[in-house]
Amino acid sequence: MENIDDTRVMDEQTLDQLQRAAFGYFAQTVNPVNGLVADTTRENCPCSIAVVGFALSAYPVAVERGWMTRADAVERSVTALRFFRDSDQSGSPDATGFKGFYYHFLSMDTGARVWRSELSMVDTALFIAGALTAASYFTAHTADEIELRELAELLYRRVDWRWAQDEQGVIRQGWKPECGFLHYVWQGYNEAIVLYVLALGSPTHALEGSGYEAWTVTYQWENLYDYDFLYAGPLFIHQFSHAWIDLRGIQDRFMREKQSDYFENSRRAVMVQREYARRNPNEFAGYDEYCWGLTACDGPNDGMPELGQRSAPRQHLFGYAARGVPYGPDDGTMSGWAALASLPFAPDIVLRTASTMLQRYPEMLSEQRYTSSFNPSLPGRGADAWVSTGHFGLDQGILIMMIENYRTGMIWRLMRECPYIGIGLRRAGFRGGWL
Amino acid sequence: MSMPRSIRPHSEAPEDAYERERLDSVRPADWHNPQPAPRYDLVIIGAGSAGQVAAYAAAALGARVALVEHNLFGGNCLNIGCVPSKSLIRTSRVYAEMRNAEQYGVQRPADIQVDFAAVMRRMRGIRARISRAASVHRLVAANVDVFFGDARFTDSDSLTVGDTPLQFKKALIATGARPDTPSIPGLAESGYFTNETIFNITEAPRRLLVIGGGPLGCEMAQAFCRFGVHTIIVQERPLFLPREERDAAQILADSFARDGMEIRLNCKAVAVRAENGEKLVDLISDDYRSTVAVDAILTGTGRVPNVDELNLDAAGVAYDNTVGVHIDDFLRTDNHRIYAAGDACLPDKFNHTADASARIAIRNALQSGHERLSELVIPWCTYTDPEIAHVGMYVRQALEHEIPVKTFTVPMHDVDRAITDDDEMGFVKIHVREGTDQILGATIVARHAGEMINEITLAMVAGVGLSTIARTIHSYGTQAEGIKLAADAYERTRTAAATGSRSES
Ligand SMILES: Cc1cc2nc3c(=O)[nH]c(=O)nc-3n(C[C@H](O)[C@H](O)[C@H](O)COP(=O)(O)OP(=O)(O)OC[C@H]3O[C@@H](n4cnc5c(N)ncnc54)[C@H](O)[C@@H]3O)c2cc1C
Repeated sequence: MENIDDTRVMDEQTLDQLQRAAFGYFAQTVNPVNGLVADTTRENCPCSIAVVGFALSAYPVAVERGWMTRADAVERSVTALRFFRDSDQSGSPDATGFKGFYYHFLSMDTGARVWRSELSMVDTALFIAGALTAASYFTAHTADEIELRELAELLYRRVDWRWAQDEQGVIRQGWKPECGFLHYVWQGYNEAIVLYVLALGSPTHALEGSGYEAWTVTYQWENLYDYDFLYAGPLFIHQFSHAWIDLRGIQDRFMREKQSDYFENSRRAVMVQREYARRNPNEFAGYDEYCWGLTACDGPNDGMPELGQRSAPRQHLFGYAARGVPYGPDDGTMSGWAALASLPFAPDIVLRTASTMLQRYPEMLSEQRYTSSFNPSLPGRGADAWVSTGHFGLDQGILIMMIENYRTGMIWRLMRECPYIGIGLRRAGFRGGWL
Repeated sequence: MSMPRSIRPHSEAPEDAYERERLDSVRPADWHNPQPAPRYDLVIIGAGSAGQVAAYAAAALGARVALVEHNLFGGNCLNIGCVPSKSLIRTSRVYAEMRNAEQYGVQRPADIQVDFAAVMRRMRGIRARISRAASVHRLVAANVDVFFGDARFTDSDSLTVGDTPLQFKKALIATGARPDTPSIPGLAESGYFTNETIFNITEAPRRLLVIGGGPLGCEMAQAFCRFGVHTIIVQERPLFLPREERDAAQILADSFARDGMEIRLNCKAVAVRAENGEKLVDLISDDYRSTVAVDAILTGTGRVPNVDELNLDAAGVAYDNTVGVHIDDFLRTDNHRIYAAGDACLPDKFNHTADASARIAIRNALQSGHERLSELVIPWCTYTDPEIAHVGMYVRQALEHEIPVKTFTVPMHDVDRAITDDDEMGFVKIHVREGTDQILGATIVARHAGEMINEITLAMVAGVGLSTIARTIHSYGTQAEGIKLAADAYERTRTAAATGSRSES
């Protein structure tokens, strides 16, 4: 591939374009009547409550950057928050929520549960985080902004986190009216720090006892490729909680003992991804130190042949899956947005990587916006990669927020001002830094 | 003496030369129980691994020893456990490699036909051969009185074998464990296999459902899958091998998927019925119900200790049906004449723990020893592909005990020999006490993890840390080099700390 300059770093203008294009997703997929936002741009796709949380966090960014008027942003936010306030909380199979939590996927039109989805604790937390971000930003003494803040407060106070705690104190992952709680729980390390912080900071239903300790007891502090870090395979795990919470320089007990913090940890996670891509054990096309990004994303499994790599003759292709390093799953699929969303942690490396990836595989963007993923090992193993169709809301949401945090630290600042975040962090044992 | 009245079914396996040899070793047809001695220094119940090890050790000390067995010498491991399962696993790997031949630059055989009868014949041959070492005659030659029959305690220092009373100064309960069958409605009526019966078959089922994702279920499911049997495995928990690290269990699930196995995690079999020659099994996963049709079912849902037929109350020995015989750290029961070892009393049901515990019991019972069970360092391995081996603490256990722990991880794709062998799936993880090189435990996932874990076990027993392992030359061209690489990584963090540089640079 000639003309590719892997020393080039992504410039401010490109960054701005990508961030704005990502924001376009929300404008495109929102239902203005109820404020719900679709999970993806695919036909008849339902709303994901987490994506609504990202949308609520993105509107303030859009206002600051002049992509949206403040009035529109307030209206859109209030519409969504009102919908959730008034939604059916009976927990029946086609309600919207129960105990202040919401089903993962909702009808874009009616807001009723679809796909028999679970009442999702972490996705509710991401939604609430978005609501609190909006409340932190829209602080004017106008009737609609006051209403917005009251709605966010009401929705947060309504969530019964304690109900979702199991006997060990950890938070369960889901509940369904058909079978009760699912067998899975949120044990670390993964994207759920924000869930625990919100659950601990609640003025009404705060977690009891040693829930946070029970969450950290499954942490794995590993030296991998010569980096010491709190292990998790997929990149998004090292990003999601950081979109809202400024984890720089504050430490819980675990990180104090390890003389690190979660922000530094996410930087090391970048290094580990890079090392993995450099090694590229499955010899997939395109992987190297400036081309990586294994995370939860869409994949090429449908109707595609098995890959015939040398060392993995029967390498299976996956659909939507949490790809990770170093143990996989890895089918040669990478996400451009996932590399770029690590921007605050390791700007130099990430800007160079994002630039190189886009130069090599410009097809990973459609409508100038990152698709969920691409796979250069398919079909031609050359420059033209398989590319996921359409766009996914989570990808766009995390990208807008992480670019913004890199550029201005705006979301972090807003959430530092949210008292519940501070209370939750302190209850989890965080000390130091801005706390 | 007469033969015991209750003769158990010895084996349903085909009566070939191998089986005749095995039975001649482990249950000679013309056997007559000897005239008992007035009083034995030691009576052992059960001639499995624990019982036999104990019998040899006690006889070597000059003790007067009787060994009572009601079924087959060699017990679970030889007859219906480790030996037959490991034989099958080896052949199943060959089939997997044949199918993946191109991976090694070899042309894939055009038509891979699985000769299942031959697989089982090979297994019977191996079992017959290994049975020679566990034979009744060998033990008799070592001066042990062997009795066949059901042992039942009659008092604190006596028991009967059939009608024959035996007096003892000390006794050892080594009666092992048996499969715990799940109480799924319709299962018993529809018919199913356990490890007690599966090794007798000579024809592979077309479709097999394995219930249980523990070691036994995982090993056998993968083997049968590789024999071309359409295999479904259901596991109630969200991951296989719940005791092991998440990454290990995840890698195993990936490997099963590559084998083409149908994986049902977080899923429970709730009802079975036989219809038109097939078995229909209802499964439930959270709120999702489904039914699968198979030709055979194998259960691997845990093991229960053989304790209830021993009349332990008469001897004043406490027990229950879950834990088995209650013992203290010296393997002593409430009746201080009576000890227990192996699967009959231990949570870690392995052949090597049966062996090790029997040795401790003998030294404590006959030589006034004070050896403790808790001081044993016990490794184990699940012989799937890749194998999953562990020793010592898990990270979670260390954190629960507030021990600061750090793990040195080497993915197998960093080990040259794993690359040359296309065995890159897996890792070496060695857990140390943070800030020291003291090994707390390790998990190895690798093709030959079972072989590799022994080095870590030795290091732990000898009190050797990662620095010493780093100084130890490991033959290049071995997968065990992964252990050395982990130790080297440790050394680099030490050097970095000493020079003030970052460990990662
Ligand atoms: C399929 C399978 C595979 C396995 N693979 C492995 C492996 O790879 N590695 C490993 O380490 N472990 C493995 N195990 C476990 C291992 O086989 C056992 O831990 C080991 O055999 C236990 O030995 P034991 O002497 O305690 O009991 P056993 O071997 O079960 O011996 C007990 C003996 O006591 C006899 N007995 C019981 N009650 C009475 C009575 N009332 N009177 C007289 N005699 C009695 C029984 O007939 C039996 O012969 C496996 C187990 C299974 C089921």
